[in-house]
Amino acid sequence: MVNEQLIWAIFFLPLISFGLIALIIRPFFNQASVIAGPIAVLFIGASFVISILTFIERNINGTLTLVGDPINWLTIGAFKLEVGILLDPLTTTMLVVVTGVSLMVQIYSTFYMKDPGSHHGTENQGSDSEPAELGQPVYARYFAYMSLFTASMLGLVMASNVVQLFVFWELVGLCSYLLIGFWFHRPAAAAAAKKAFIVTRVGDFGFLLALMYLFSKTYQENINYLNIQTINENLPTLVSSGTLGAGALTLIAIGFFVGAIGKSGQFPLHTWLPDAMEGPTPVSALIHAATMVTAGVFLVGRFFPLFQASQEAMMVVALVGGITALFAATMGLVSNDIKRVLAYSTVSQLGYMMLALGIGAYGVAIFHLFTHAFFKALLFLGSGSVNHATGTFDMRFMGGLRKKMPITYITFLIGSLSLAGIFPLAGFWSKDEILLNAFRSGSEGGEIVSMTVFVLAIIAVFMTAFYMFRALFMTFEGEFRGGSEKDPEANPHGPVHLGESPFLMVLPMLILAIPAVIIGFIANPPGELLGIKAHWMVHTLDHSLPDSMHHLLKGESFSVPLAAVSSLVALSGIALAIAMYKPKPLISPESIGKTLRPVHTLLYRKYYFDELYEGIFVRQIYYRGLALASDWTDKNIVDRAVNIVGWTGANFGGLIRQFQNGQMQMYATVTSIGIIVIAAIFIFGD
Amino acid sequence: MNLQDIYLISPEIGIAIVAAFVIIIDLFVSNKKVLPVVALVTLLIPLFLTIQLHLDTDIGSKTGFSGTFQVDDFAIFFKYLILGSTAIVILSSTQYARRFGGHQGEYYALILFSAAGMMLLASSMELITLYIALELTALPSAALAAFIRQRKSAEAGIKFLVLSAVSSAVLLYGMVLVYGLTGSSHLNEIASSITNNGLGSSPALLFGIVLITAGFGFKISAVPFQMWAPDVYEGAPTPVTGFLSVASKAAGFAIILRVFYTSFGLDNANIDWANMMAVLSAISMSVGNLIAIRQNNIKRMLAYSTVAQAGYLMVGLAAITALPGGDDNAGPIGVLFYLAGYAMTNLAAFSVVIAVSNKTNNDSINSFSGLARKSPLLAGAMALAMISLIGIPPTVGFMAKIYLFSAAMDTGLEWLAIVGVINSVISAYYYLRVVKVMFLSSPKENEKDSETSYGVGAVSAAVIAMAGTFLFGIYPEPILRIAHTAIDSLIG
Repeated sequence: MVNEQLIWAIFFLPLISFGLIALIIRPFFNQASVIAGPIAVLFIGASFVISILTFIERNINGTLTLVGDPINWLTIGAFKLEVGILLDPLTTTMLVVVTGVSLMVQIYSTFYMKDPGSHHGTENQGSDSEPAELGQPVYARYFAYMSLFTASMLGLVMASNVVQLFVFWELVGLCSYLLIGFWFHRPAAAAAAKKAFIVTRVGDFGFLLALMYLFSKTYQENINYLNIQTINENLPTLVSSGTLGAGALTLIAIGFFVGAIGKSGQFPLHTWLPDAMEGPTPVSALIHAATMVTAGVFLVGRFFPLFQASQEAMMVVALVGGITALFAATMGLVSNDIKRVLAYSTVSQLGYMMLALGIGAYGVAIFHLFTHAFFKALLFLGSGSVNHATGTFDMRFMGGLRKKMPITYITFLIGSLSLAGIFPLAGFWSKDEILLNAFRSGSEGGEIVSMTVFVLAIIAVFMTAFYMFRALFMTFEGEFRGGSEKDPEANPHGPVHLGESPFLMVLPMLILAIPAVIIGFIANPPGELLGIKAHWMVHTLDHSLPDSMHHLLKGESFSVPLAAVSSLVALSGIALAIAMYKPKPLISPESIGKTLRPVHTLLYRKYYFDELYEGIFVRQIYYRGLALASDWTDKNIVDRAVNIVGWTGANFGGLIRQFQNGQMQMYATVTSIGIIVIAAIFIFGD
Repeated sequence: MNLQDIYLISPEIGIAIVAAFVIIIDLFVSNKKVLPVVALVTLLIPLFLTIQLHLDTDIGSKTGFSGTFQVDDFAIFFKYLILGSTAIVILSSTQYARRFGGHQGEYYALILFSAAGMMLLASSMELITLYIALELTALPSAALAAFIRQRKSAEAGIKFLVLSAVSSAVLLYGMVLVYGLTGSSHLNEIASSITNNGLGSSPALLFGIVLITAGFGFKISAVPFQMWAPDVYEGAPTPVTGFLSVASKAAGFAIILRVFYTSFGLDNANIDWANMMAVLSAISMSVGNLIAIRQNNIKRMLAYSTVAQAGYLMVGLAAITALPGGDDNAGPIGVLFYLAGYAMTNLAAFSVVIAVSNKTNNDSINSFSGLARKSPLLAGAMALAMISLIGIPPTVGFMAKIYLFSAAMDTGLEWLAIVGVINSVISAYYYLRVVKVMFLSSPKENEKDSETSYGVGAVSAAVIAMAGTFLFGIYPEPILRIAHTAIDSLIG
């Protein structure tokens, strides 16, 4: 039933929506830009429906196998560039995540992004007092970007060719830049957008280098080594046959991973992600929680057989993932900005996924990506809802919202529990499988790396539970502390008006709350359930890898004792949060902050990474070193070369112009002499 | 001559009828704005006839008129290209042609007659036919160049006529030598005669080849046969300049490929003309680019630019024997692809020049000052055309250059590819200068009150050509595929 055309439609629908909004509505019908929202929702909705059908047919029924030949994009001699769809369980899973979350976020945005004047009680706020950018034009621009972003992400996950993948990879980066800097009139937003673009660019550079290296190593006639499936199926054999050295393979894998580090905000390129929270909140929900940042994890997953073939690369992936999981969690402990807490938790969770990939638990990592998308999007939408009411993101100026915003509270609670990994919510199942796999391969396999990351991960579980409930208590419990009217740094979204958000914002949160509760159990039950096979999702994913790779995979399983331990750790984190942040705390956060002041400052300043990059790399090495050297080269070598060319052009041109005197006799003479010279050389030259 | 022959030549007959029809209509209508519309609509007839020939699989490669005329995918490719270019030139002339007063009918008819000659040229398989077609192309062009009754235009016309006659004489002399040695004027028989009689190293034959190259070199304005181009390009009416620089050049490359691959092909005769092409290529691009830097008149600048572009195109003529693993046909395929891309790009540029000249009646580069503010669309089209001529993505010019230069690399002509790349960098100087003037300079005050418009025709021609430049820069495969089959039918 689902055919190739329909699968292409998944990608093209949001792209058409982008074209409609950006090229027709925004230039010509900007007065009626309100329709941009519904249009975008409609197109992405259709895309979502097809994605679900594709998912069912490919992953559940297994009836769909692809499909058509790739389209030739460019043929130069023996070199061929193709564009096609790679439809494996990983792709279908990503399609559902991207379109599903995008649909919810865009429904939410239709209201959230409207002119603030129109829904904040017009009696005390005329829309003419708003800055011009907050008016209607913004609406069409926003949905144009969102549609383009969704299309790019879909193109990325569907790509069958490395070059195709890279094009969309960069497009995703561009959209992220545009959306983070959406409120470009705010310096902080403009700076954050720039930072995101440049930091991820460092990673992209690694990716690109690896691509070129791969291509130069494997460029052979009739074998298309730009095709992802060809790479995955043949590279390991190339290594065993000696065509490609093991070192080269590791380099390629690490290069890809560097790209993934940048995109997924892994240590040490994590610095852009918290700043990216300057973008509109639905943007954070879509791209910094559910989709774009998962592109890095997706990339490692996409080339998983390549990574598996290199033990060193796998070790790096596992360690970076494990370190990130813990490292980001520690910074989340002290942040006062609700979105930044969520941002750190995202980085931390992405670390879990990476570490799962690193220890060989491919299906489990993607499973966690899947569940995480739903509850993290839910949490971000919740933070947007809170901001809608209070006008601030600073939790120090919130409080007491539980009674005013019951639905937001409950959904946020569900999201937090799911993220903390409390039984039986979605996050529990996926996180537990990661921990279990790390533990098993650590204790039974005796792999020291696995054991290390297991320890890192279990500490992070405690912290995750703690900071989520710290955020929950600071936001929803106690007394209201003033909102944006008290917060000197807030950019008022509107006046404070405590109350539940409008229906169109609440609805997506309610819908997302459902998968946040059940999706883990439904998709990957530990035992057979209502016709669903045990560990169905992980099993399907794992068995989509080339057969030769299966022996390297970690199995899917469930262990009650380990689940109990991790739950206990999470619960104690929650307990500590309650003790510290309930209205009359047992332990005062201030006193702890004072006792551990150096630690607190270190965490609060994000381990001084921003200062390190800005001060050392940018100011010292770049400005004083590279920039100076480039400047010298530019002035003395490039400019000189240009001047020589200019001089040659001017003089040589003058010489030739002697002949170009307008006289035909001269022209005929030049032609004749030319013929004689050519004939002489041609005939007697050899 | 039988019905089959007429069927084969039907597109050429069709376009000649269109030309005659336009003249007849011209007698009866007083509103001359109708003429380009009539011409464009009736141009669909030769187009349909070409499509019919293309789709008629029975035709395949078929010769008619006793083997002097051949319809194959190669000829069809150029017929499409010439028809398309002619249509765009006519579209872009709608406003400009008013300068010709009561002679607009003749103007359109001459363009169409010249196009008929070019289409014929692409199909000729015999030296005399080839020569007739060439003259049918050139004579209307000379008249067209002199179409504005001003000193410069008349001078352009007479220069074109005389120098064209000189080059024809050279070409004829070359043909006579070849005929005298091989005893045949049919391209196929020339080839077999060279092989059978072992004429491959005969100095007389080589001299004949050089003379033929010179004759064709005039058409494509390759150095040192380019001297006419700047004066004629500057003096001729701008749409005519565009027509000469695109359609005429395409026809020239068509006949070069046809003659050299059919008669002097490497399999048949052991004649190494590739090196000659390589050297001419390097000289053409260098001379064209270096002189273009100094030009202040946009048409003169574009004249030198076409000389340089001819140099890039000749890279494809030089790249004929691939190293192991490469594609032997990449060079000629690259020529066809580049010609198609160059046609779109240059027509976009000329349409903008026409539009601006409609408004300002001025051809200096400075008349483009502040165009970005006055007409962002035209400025955008011009900017895209310029970066396509340089060879920067996302344009078809970039793809075409990649293709040609990689063909050069595959045939061991690394030095030529390097010369090409350096030349591309140099060319950026004068192409980007136009962009700079458009976007960074402010409009001149006195032009703001100009009453005349840019001309709907010229603007739409610019938009169409720009769209092609952009779209095929992103997805070039359709053109490449057609070019591939065309070259397969030529070389086999």
